[in-house]
Amino acid sequence: MATTEERPIGFGRMKRKEDARFIRGQGNYVDDVQLPGMLHGAILRSPVAHARIVSIDTSAALQHPKVHAVITGKDLEGLNLAWMPTLSYDTQAVLATDKVRFQGQEVAFVIADDRYSARDALELIDVEYDTLPAVVNARKALDADAPVIRDDKENQTDNHIFDWESGDRAATDEVFARADVVVEQDMLYPRSHPAPMETCGAVADMDKVSGKLTLWCTTQAPHAHRTVYALVAGLPEHKIRVISPDIGGGFGNKVPVYPGYVCAVVGSIVTGKPVKWMEDRSENLMSTGFARDYVMKGGIAATREGKITGIRVDVIADHGAFNATAQPTKYPAGFFHVFTGSYDIEAAHCKVTGVYTNKAPGGVAYACSFRVTEAVYLVERMVDCLADELGIDPAELRLRNLLRPDQFPYECKTGWVYDSGDYERTLRKAMEIIGYEQLRREQAELRGRGELMGIGVGFFTEAVGAGPRKHMDILGLGMNDGAELRIHPTGKAQLSLSVQTQGQGHETTFAQIVAEELGIPPEDIDVVHGDTDTTPYGLGTYGSRSTPVSGAATALAARKARDKARIVASAMLEVAPDDLEWEKGRWFVKGDPEKGATIQEIAMAAHGVIELPAGVEGGLDAETVYDPPNLTFPFGAYICVVDVDPDTAKVKVRRFVAVDDCGTRINPMIIEGQVHGGLTDGVGMALMELIAFDEDGNCLGGSLMDYLIPTALECPDWETDHTVTPSPHHPIGAKGIGESATVGSPPTIVNAIVDALKPYGVRHIDMPCTPSRVWDAMQGKAAPPQ
Amino acid sequence: MQVTVSINDQEYTRDVEPRMLLVHFLRDELGLTGTHWGCDTSNCGTCVVLMDGEPVKSCTLLAATAAGHEIKTVEGLEVDGVLDPVQQGFTEMHGLQCGFCTPGMMLTARALLDRNPNPTEEEIREAISGQICRCTGYATIVRSVRWAAEHPAAPAPSSEEVTA
Repeated sequence: MATTEERPIGFGRMKRKEDARFIRGQGNYVDDVQLPGMLHGAILRSPVAHARIVSIDTSAALQHPKVHAVITGKDLEGLNLAWMPTLSYDTQAVLATDKVRFQGQEVAFVIADDRYSARDALELIDVEYDTLPAVVNARKALDADAPVIRDDKENQTDNHIFDWESGDRAATDEVFARADVVVEQDMLYPRSHPAPMETCGAVADMDKVSGKLTLWCTTQAPHAHRTVYALVAGLPEHKIRVISPDIGGGFGNKVPVYPGYVCAVVGSIVTGKPVKWMEDRSENLMSTGFARDYVMKGGIAATREGKITGIRVDVIADHGAFNATAQPTKYPAGFFHVFTGSYDIEAAHCKVTGVYTNKAPGGVAYACSFRVTEAVYLVERMVDCLADELGIDPAELRLRNLLRPDQFPYECKTGWVYDSGDYERTLRKAMEIIGYEQLRREQAELRGRGELMGIGVGFFTEAVGAGPRKHMDILGLGMNDGAELRIHPTGKAQLSLSVQTQGQGHETTFAQIVAEELGIPPEDIDVVHGDTDTTPYGLGTYGSRSTPVSGAATALAARKARDKARIVASAMLEVAPDDLEWEKGRWFVKGDPEKGATIQEIAMAAHGVIELPAGVEGGLDAETVYDPPNLTFPFGAYICVVDVDPDTAKVKVRRFVAVDDCGTRINPMIIEGQVHGGLTDGVGMALMELIAFDEDGNCLGGSLMDYLIPTALECPDWETDHTVTPSPHHPIGAKGIGESATVGSPPTIVNAIVDALKPYGVRHIDMPCTPSRVWDAMQGKAAPPQ
Repeated sequence: MQVTVSINDQEYTRDVEPRMLLVHFLRDELGLTGTHWGCDTSNCGTCVVLMDGEPVKSCTLLAATAAGHEIKTVEGLEVDGVLDPVQQGFTEMHGLQCGFCTPGMMLTARALLDRNPNPTEEEIREAISGQICRCTGYATIVRSVRWAAEHPAAPAPSSEEVTA
């Protein structure tokens, strides 16, 4: 069975099966759903960050000839739906009743004949607000005189949400006390936004006769959403069908349940008609799940020779007005405690304090791998600060401290068990590709001429594939995923998945996993996903978990089918199962390779009339639910070259080399694409993207004119390569790649910028490194963005 | 008001509000949902269509303004079952992931190749710089357009046929 590079029966470069519809404009996104009699909803939002609602007058809006209904928080109170639970066991207002707590918060929902009329009617709603002082700066949220944002909650007398610690504080303090060198650095990972090209939206259709709700929704986790609706709205779960059709990018933005979805559902129940709600771009940027917003005080301890001995950090985590982050229950700061990074460190400690502010809720999004972005940014910036202090080259300092291959599996000081790694090989490969020594010589020459060129080195280890159910759940739902494989009589197959693609190419890569295991060509395997009525239960696609969890489920289901095929083949060939040997696509008789049966022949026989051993059922179908024994730990070495214009302080990314190790590689083309996208996120965060607020809590990043996203002109031609260190516990050795580059690239770029500014004595600049902020740093006036 | 617009060589007449944007005319009135909407402020370019061969952002153009002009959308790229080389290039070189920006990117690429059949990487980047892609990092889009430039006529049959 020949495998070519372009047409693999299994792993290898293969064009995407899903492209056929997208290149023809035949994708089916939520806003493309048109139902007979469908109405359109629009949300009235708060113009202010913090205010008491005095009154809401909807009478004029209701007079609008095309308006069918106006729903307010008071109406929802009657249904016990004014508040909903968040994925962090907090509550969030669906429509505000008592107060508004961030600019852009949902206040009323209008349902009209068409989207223009719905928007018109928003103008007719009269809301009187009694404005309150806003808490904007997370550093001041716990001040004694700070206004209490969540006075709706019993016993909540301040803006404190949680304190969470990991590691050993006493041991870390001791290591710091006896260290030759200690470097402290304050840094901010500022608030950014995933801003997928498709905004969030839903079409709700409640069938009054059957009592069944069908909800087309921009969700990365259709099954989890179904359960949440069952719990929130009290609808029986079998009467809810969530369809997540084609999704125009997710990046974590489409994990939470948003008030707009609930409003669409209520709207359909109230009007008896399908209701579509699609937010506009400002609504997306101002109200849906933002990312990051970590105020960090870092410290790193080392010997004079550059052996890192300790790392510590105190964090104030700005969670906005409602604690609505999505992460495993046990970990309110996500996986931030993987902040010891890729290094062999004696002691580590972190403390994270979550606070409420008058800003939109969220925090875990934008390909962050549950806050691994923040962790890697911290450790990689701290290592560079240490290199600066010690006068050691940053690549050399990393080489002295990277974990060695013989240390794996490695338990870090905060308890993670890294599965596998060969870090030095990966870093040396990146240095070789970019020509590290030569670049340093060029830099010295350019500095002599007053030109500012910087070389940034970054190394990251991710923790992805959540996760083992004994440790990881969301709202009590264990983070497992199912796969169901049907093998038809003619040897074609259908694979149903609990995870959902937002562009990752599941319809191709998951078919390739089955192909690798069974020898059925990927084009003969249809991958079904994104519909809770037709797919098995599971928690969805985020945190780079699809391949680590669902990929494993798929491989194991295929292996079950293969084992079953062996029994059928033994009946066909009239030999004992133990006398059969597998080669990709067929079972054959040991010592007589001519005598065998292909998987297609076996499939037909399995559905046919051949007599099977007692207790063996017909067919080859198989299903599995996968509970990962551990996370997987992808890693990579990134090196970036920037040029900074000394007159304008504009940063240009000249080159970027990314050497990734995601274990076994299913489809190198798709992996490269995922890496490219993440590197571009890094350019955005490092140089451009910022959701800022003024002192009154007005959002200053509420449109794509203010929230700047990289275009083709800001990005270099990415240079990618790889090493392969398979995960020892994953059935196919794959580790996940979706967020690696988003995690690894921001500190690499900032390291390069700081390196370029060495002649100015700059040790740190907070992102985004816009020309004005870099200019300020060059003048010794660097300040964190507000 | 009654508006007649020529789209993909076919005339459509509809009675619409004067304020109706071309993007909504295409999507909601005609069901041509390959043209997407993404930002309201002309920044993202998911709504790009060709008007008389030039890329325009259909979210900032009234349907009425398009009357009397030739509009081409993604649905008009494939002719008689033959993909435009740009469409073929995007799948050959992995120029798309979620597919949301893809129609606009492909139409801009088509307009570029029509006036410059052999564009450099820089020229391609300049041409698509008014559009945003959150998935690809643009390098594969550049390669896709280059592929189309290098295969200008009927695209060679690929090793895996891309079929609907």
